[in-house]
Formats: sequence, C-alpha cells, structure tokens
Amino acid sequence: MAAVRVEEVLAAAEEREAEKRRSVTVEKELELEFDLGNLLALDRNPPAAAGLRGAGPRREALLRALARDNTQLLVARLWELPAERAGGAGGPLVARLPEPAFRLPREKPPPRPRPPTRWEQFARLKGIRRRKRTSLVWDEQAKEWRRRWGYRRAGGDPARAWLAEVPAGADPQEDQFARLRREKRERVARNELNRLRNLARAHRAGTTVPAAPLHPTGHQSREELGHVTRVARVSTASLGRFQPRLPKEPAEPPSRSGGRKRRFEPLLGNLAAERSRQLELLRDMGSKKPVLDITRAVNKQLRQEEAEAAAAKGKKQSQRGKRGRRQQRPGRSSK
Amino acid sequence: LIYCYRKPKTKRAKRFLEKREPKLKENTKNAMLIKGGNANLRVTEVLKDIYAVKKPFAVLYKKKNITRPFEDQTSLEFFSKKSDCSLFLFGSHNKKRPNNLIIGRMFDYHVLDMIELGIEKFVSLKDVKNSKCPEGTKPMLIFAGDMFDVNEEYRRLKSLLIDFFRGPSVPSIRLAGLEYVLHFTAVDGKIYMRSYKVLLKKSGCKIPRIELEEMGPSLDLVMRRTHLASDDLYKLSLKQPKALKPKKKKNISHDVFGTTYGRIHMQKQDLGKLQTRKMKGLKKRPAEKSAEDGGVSPKKSKSA
Repeated sequence: MAAVRVEEVLAAAEEREAEKRRSVTVEKELELEFDLGNLLALDRNPPAAAGLRGAGPRREALLRALARDNTQLLVARLWELPAERAGGAGGPLVARLPEPAFRLPREKPPPRPRPPTRWEQFARLKGIRRRKRTSLVWDEQAKEWRRRWGYRRAGGDPARAWLAEVPAGADPQEDQFARLRREKRERVARNELNRLRNLARAHRAGTTVPAAPLHPTGHQSREELGHVTRVARVSTASLGRFQPRLPKEPAEPPSRSGGRKRRFEPLLGNLAAERSRQLELLRDMGSKKPVLDITRAVNKQLRQEEAEAAAAKGKKQSQRGKRGRRQQRPGRSSK
Repeated sequence: LIYCYRKPKTKRAKRFLEKREPKLKENTKNAMLIKGGNANLRVTEVLKDIYAVKKPFAVLYKKKNITRPFEDQTSLEFFSKKSDCSLFLFGSHNKKRPNNLIIGRMFDYHVLDMIELGIEKFVSLKDVKNSKCPEGTKPMLIFAGDMFDVNEEYRRLKSLLIDFFRGPSVPSIRLAGLEYVLHFTAVDGKIYMRSYKVLLKKSGCKIPRIELEEMGPSLDLVMRRTHLASDDLYKLSLKQPKALKPKKKKNISHDVFGTTYGRIHMQKQDLGKLQTRKMKGLKKRPAEKSAEDGGVSPKKSKSA
C-alpha cells in the first residue's frame, strides 16, 4: 500500500517537473543557430506564410508568438552560459559571453606595420634598448620633485635663464643667448626634417600602387578606366607589343612621338606635300576673301557669353537667396 | 597618427586622431542618419526612432541633403570621413520610390554595401504607449525565415542589419538586463521588423519564461534596389589581422566530456634514484652500502 503511494508521489513529482519545464521548452522543426557573442539567433524554419499574409492583428499575434518562441530559445541558451556574481556576493548575475562568431566586415583595413625609422634600425643593429625614464626628477634648488620637461620643469624656466656662460673656446663678442636660441631652432628643424624623411620612407614603402588605381566602389569615369587599361597594357615584359586586343577595342596607332603633342615634319621629306602646302599658303594670302568668317566667329562668341551669363545669374540667385535667409539686409527688400 | 604630416599640437587633438585611425580591435561602428532632399514626415520619424534605438552610437543630421546615394556616393563618403561613421541610413521620398530608406555601410570611408528598402507600414515609439527600456541597451537579434539564408541579397541584408543594430561588443552581460529584442521575419518578399520588451517571468526551473511586450519601432519593409560590394572587396573587408586570432595554448586538449588534458614533457629519469615514500627500515647503512648486503638490518643486530 505504502509502496503504491510512493510511486504515485514520485509520478506526481515527475509530472510537476515536466510541467515546469514545459513552460520554457519550445518545439521547432530545425534547430536555431546561435551566436551568443552577438546575442544573435537565426531561425531557418520557413514561417507560416498563410497566416502572415492577411494584414491586421492576427499577423501581429503570429509574429509575436514566433518572436516569443525564438527569444525563449535564445534566453535558454544564454542562461546556460557560465555566470558569476559581479561585484561580490550581492551583485547582479553576470554571464560571460563568448567571442562573436558571426563574421562582419571591418570598418577600416587592418593597420599596416610601418617600416622602422633610421634610429630604430640603428638601435636594433647596435642592440640599444629603451630605458624607462621616471617622469619626475628631483630639483635641488626648489627642493622638490618636478617633472622632467614641461610646465615648471626641474631645471628652472629656460626663458628666464639670466646667465649664459661663454664656453672656453668661443668668441668673447658673440651673443650667447642668440647662439642658444639659434641652436635650439636648428635642433627643432633637424628633428622635423628627420621626422618627415621617416614619414616619406614609410609612405614610399607602404604604397606600391599604380598611378591610377581602380576605385574600390567600381564607379569610375571612362577616361580613368581608359588610362588604367592603357597603363595595364603596357605593363608587360614586352611593353605591350604582343598584347591581344578585345573584340571591339579600337587599334591604337602607335604614337611615334611617345606622347608629345607637337610634331614637326622631317626637313627633307615629302617634296610634293611641301610644294602643295606652300602653294595653298600663297593662294590664301593673295585672295580677297578673309580666311576667318567674321559672322560665324562673332555668333560663337555671343553664344558663349550668353551661356556664361545664364550660369552666373543662376548661381547668383541661389547665393543671394541663401544670404537673404541668413542675414537681414537693410536696403534690399525694397527692390 | 603615424602618417600625419602635421603633428597634433595638443593632447586632445592627438586623442581625437588616435580614435579614428585603423586599429587591431576596432571601435563600435557609428551610424549616420541622413534625410534626403524630399524626406517626408514618415521617413523623418523612422530616422528619429532608429536614432533613439542606436544612441549614443549614431548621429542624426537635422538638415536635408540633396544627394542620390545610388548615383553619386561622394557626398556620403565625405560625411563618413568627417563624422567617422561607417554605417548610414538615408531616408527620402518621391513618387517613384515612396518612403525610401537606404541602409548601407562603409569600408575605409568608401561605400561597401547599400540596400534600398521601402517602408510600407511604420509604428513609431511614441505610438505604442508602453514603458520603454533604457537607452543604449544591447538588443537581442533574431532572424526568422529561410530567405535570409537562401537569397544572396537577403544574406547581405542580414549581415547589414546585424552590423547596424548589434551595438558594442561586450565580454559579459547582466542576465537581468536582457530587455530588448529585435525580431526580423522574411516572408513573401517582405521583411517585418518588430521590437519587443522582454519580461522574464518566474518558471519552475532556472531558465525564466519569456513574455514579450510590443514596444518600439516596428517596420514593414520591402527590398528595392541593391548595390552590393564585389566578392573580392567583401572578402578584403572581412579579413582580420592575424594578431587577433586567439593564441592556441599548446599541450592542452579537451575531450568530448569536457575533461581538460595536459601534456608534460619530461627528461629521461633514472628510476633507481626516484624519490618515493621514505621507509626508514629500508634505509641503507653506510657499512651496508659498501658491502651491498641487503640481508639482516644492522639496527636489529645493534639493539640485540
């Protein structure tokens, strides 16, 4: 009799446990994918499209139920993480998140290691290592710890140094203060020069890109692309001589002048061409009709001036509008 | 900072430049929310709500900017450079594309991906009369629907949305503070974005029961144009420097059950000279050591 009762009690307890667990379990066809570092859950199950088609509160209820189920699964996973009490025994329960697993693109490219400066190369060669210096130095005169450089430094204010000793082998007439100032200026200038040289070296070492690179977004003007293709064509071992052309690409005539714009005919070349050119020149000089068509030239000039005036007027109006809004000009509104 | 031709003259300027230079472990991405030339009320409200969700990692531009991102990206790139934002949300409205939102991200201050979404329905933060969760809460993100895996554009959209909404990367999180969840469902060519406030109810076991309360902006979106980065550019942007890879600890291994095994490398040992437990009775007397006789213990004989 007692044994049966015990069994009943155990079964009841089991039932209660299952009941409790039922409230936090969710049934899904496909398991969700979790990225706990990002608090992310990906559900691959195709949602019930039929229910979601009709607009209105039913759709909202369905979406909410789906969200609730997914959130329950995500929270269950989060609660399984190793947790500790932050800030002593009474602090809040804090779970340690793993590293985010979902690969997201970076904001900027990773930093390139810069080449060592001249001093760094020398130091590495000689095995010189950096000595850590204290930031405060004991100042005997002021009898306190002062900083090594900067405001109220240990050696006294250099601007107020009233004594400058003449060194042993120097000219007695020379202005020592001027010399000190000049030397400081020279040191600063040399430091700056070396810094810029190091920068230039680093920059040269870092950028080994062609003159007109391809734009990262793929949006580039036609001329730039043409230039890039031209450079690419010539960048072969045989300088582009045996490079096949694309089906519709026009054959570029070889510019014997190598890119120079003005070309002069050879002195003793085509006698017939020279003769015909000279005769044409004489004919034009002798004829009464002017070579320049005045009316056409004037019309062209007028058209150009009109276009410029229209553009300037448009710009002026927008500018004036902007100015008018910002400043209240006293006399203008009456116009 | 390292490539600065003009060295910063103040510490503040130096800190400013150091924040913006490329680093191994990057800052949280900032978002810029821009209005187009003809943004209407709905689009403006969407931008304001998303700004509220993304505070303080967002910048909301108040003035209208007359640009067309799909035609000319220089204006966006200029803004990104000036405000150091790598995510953007551009809202505009015209007859052909009503209630338009362009969500995008940058790589090295150049546009990487841009996806144009149309807003079909919008419920704002202030329309839902509920208590809201505090500003800057890290949201939980859930994506439902197989479209987010099957379709390439949807996959990029998923990656973009995660990038946009995930907030700062934290090593640990307070379990009671998981209050905000953003749920994206892709169904029938539409994307439903809903935000809920999470209520943790007592359940019998350790894991609490979740109840959701509708809160915050909810959007019904439809995908329009896209401008996705080419595969190699995308791969280049995903590249992480080697230094960030977690260093493998050598000679430590784990098995399926969670037991940690370690490996110790020892030199060759002379087993004769091992230190075991001392048994005084077996100790060799100096006289015996010379004779190498392990018979009767001399102690016994002595006492006798």
